Amino acid sequence: MADPHVTRLRHGALITLTLVLMTLLLLLPLGVIFTETFSRGLGAVLGALTDPDAIDAIRLTLTVAAVSVPLNAICGTAAAWCIGRFDFPGRTLLTTLIELPFSVSPVISGLVWVLLFGANGWFGSWLDQHEVRIIFALPGLILATVFVTFPFVARSLLPLMREQGAAEEEAALTLGATGWQTFFRVTLPNIRWALLYGVLLCNARAMGEFGAVAVVSGHIRGQTLTMPLFVEALFNDYDWVGAFSVAALLSLLALVTLGLRVLLERQMGGSRRDIF
Amino acid sequence: MSLELRDLRKHFGRTAALDGLSLSVPQGEFLALLGPSGSGKTTLLRVVAGLEFAESGAIEINGRSMHDVPARKRGIGLVFQHYALFRHMSVARNVAFGLEVRRRSERPASTAIRTKVAELLDLMGIGELAERYPEQISGGQRQRVALARALAIEPSLLLLDEPFGALDAKVRKNLRIWLRDLHNRMGLTSVFVTHDQNEALEMADRVAVLRAGRIEQVDTPDRLYAEPVNAFVHEFLGESVRLDCIVTAGTARFQGLCGTNLATNCPPGPAIALVRPHEIGLLPGPGPVRVESVHATGPMPRVRVTFAGRTTEVLLPEAAPLPTIGQGYGIDLSRARIYTLNDVSNPLAAS
Repeated sequence: MADPHVTRLRHGALITLTLVLMTLLLLLPLGVIFTETFSRGLGAVLGALTDPDAIDAIRLTLTVAAVSVPLNAICGTAAAWCIGRFDFPGRTLLTTLIELPFSVSPVISGLVWVLLFGANGWFGSWLDQHEVRIIFALPGLILATVFVTFPFVARSLLPLMREQGAAEEEAALTLGATGWQTFFRVTLPNIRWALLYGVLLCNARAMGEFGAVAVVSGHIRGQTLTMPLFVEALFNDYDWVGAFSVAALLSLLALVTLGLRVLLERQMGGSRRDIF
Repeated sequence: MSLELRDLRKHFGRTAALDGLSLSVPQGEFLALLGPSGSGKTTLLRVVAGLEFAESGAIEINGRSMHDVPARKRGIGLVFQHYALFRHMSVARNVAFGLEVRRRSERPASTAIRTKVAELLDLMGIGELAERYPEQISGGQRQRVALARALAIEPSLLLLDEPFGALDAKVRKNLRIWLRDLHNRMGLTSVFVTHDQNEALEMADRVAVLRAGRIEQVDTPDRLYAEPVNAFVHEFLGESVRLDCIVTAGTARFQGLCGTNLATNCPPGPAIALVRPHEIGLLPGPGPVRVESVHATGPMPRVRVTFAGRTTEVLLPEAAPLPTIGQGYGIDLSRARIYTLNDVSNPLAAS
């Protein structure tokens, strides 16, 4: 047996090391963003954030999230329900496919849409003839975001739905409930916290996504720049105040997400922390 | 109300869960489906409830075909093995569910629902639990809530899947009597699944013994116990002692027990004899049976005997003179039943 004093010392040293590393790698950058932002005074920050291009970027980011998050909440729930409740050929394949956006580089996730709907893409000329713009426009941004954030909801629901089983839904059916009644009165209440958790993570990613969106954006200021892209554009223009102000706003979103996430995990009994 | 099942078939992969099963349950009956695990009991219940579909065959309730009737319109109360209570609803809301999901035109007023729920909970003896949640009550209480929820829709037929499976022995015993009494009082028609033969024999009007998706025998508990149609039923219900024998010209002879012959109508060849421990008689010796030990505690003395190279237990009638340990006795196997080998049960299945 090791000397308990030595063991305690060793534990202490390891914990200190972890804390120091965490501070350096995680808290320091976050702190830099906020100190850098407010070093020029609140007026400069407000000025940067109320710049018309900044407002457009914020509005665009909110629009993209407002469309893609509900879409993924619905599709993700449907996918998790199918996989969790039914045994069908290709079920394992579907489960793996859901994870695909996580394992593919975001650049590819953007590029596929360009290859499909871009000027030289499969449907490019047809879309051009009908004057439908997808790439370098809002639909492209939404498509790329939906693709990248698809796994969040499905993955946060699947383990729970498997664990809960179908018995309660079957009970509801034998008691005379219709399919929709069963879904809204039994299924949804049972998965609500996990669903909210998935939606939260999905939203954070939808607002913060850079890679996939950068490919389909076209970087038209005031039109196709979401907040993360706008930060980069400002940064490239040496507009430090603007870049840090928008970055601080995005970081704030991350902090809020983190806080809500902890609350939700507590609601779910802390058992689901290992999903992501 | 009456239930009629005709020639139901269902497969899971290549195994038959229901293999041409027919059964009729008259109004007011309490029928037990008894069988080893994997014999198709639960599948049968789920098919009747409409949660699973048979590949062929007919289900009729009160003479009406259930072929195109979805689960939610069958009006069948199903009590799940693990109760399947809605975990996010209070006990009262659970019980009210079946009434609350009805179409507006068929739904009772909310005060009427509340009264009905309170009545049902009182009937179940759990009136004080109305505002609790499923995870806050005991297994036996959950069982009663599940039953109240199923009964709230006034089902034409009550199905119970291993209703006492998840409960401890003492709660089980009380609930059995209570449930049987409830069935009688409410004039229900009930089918319940169990793998516990005592439960089936004690509670049911009739017992259907299932094996591999088929019904081996449906009869009253008395007749089932006294006149099992084959070796499987004999061994599945109660203790059995199995002895090998040879049938020649209508007579079964036992190896190592010369002189113990039984008349039988089994075809010639090897066969088995099954006899309950209390049906074996010890005759005053000398004879081939050696008494090893005697346990006289309880109403019927248990005697361990060896004969023809095997050891078995014999239950003597009450107040019978106790045999002497180490002494040889004769054996009376006249109450044994002779079965052909081809309906000998799978020893793994007879639990």
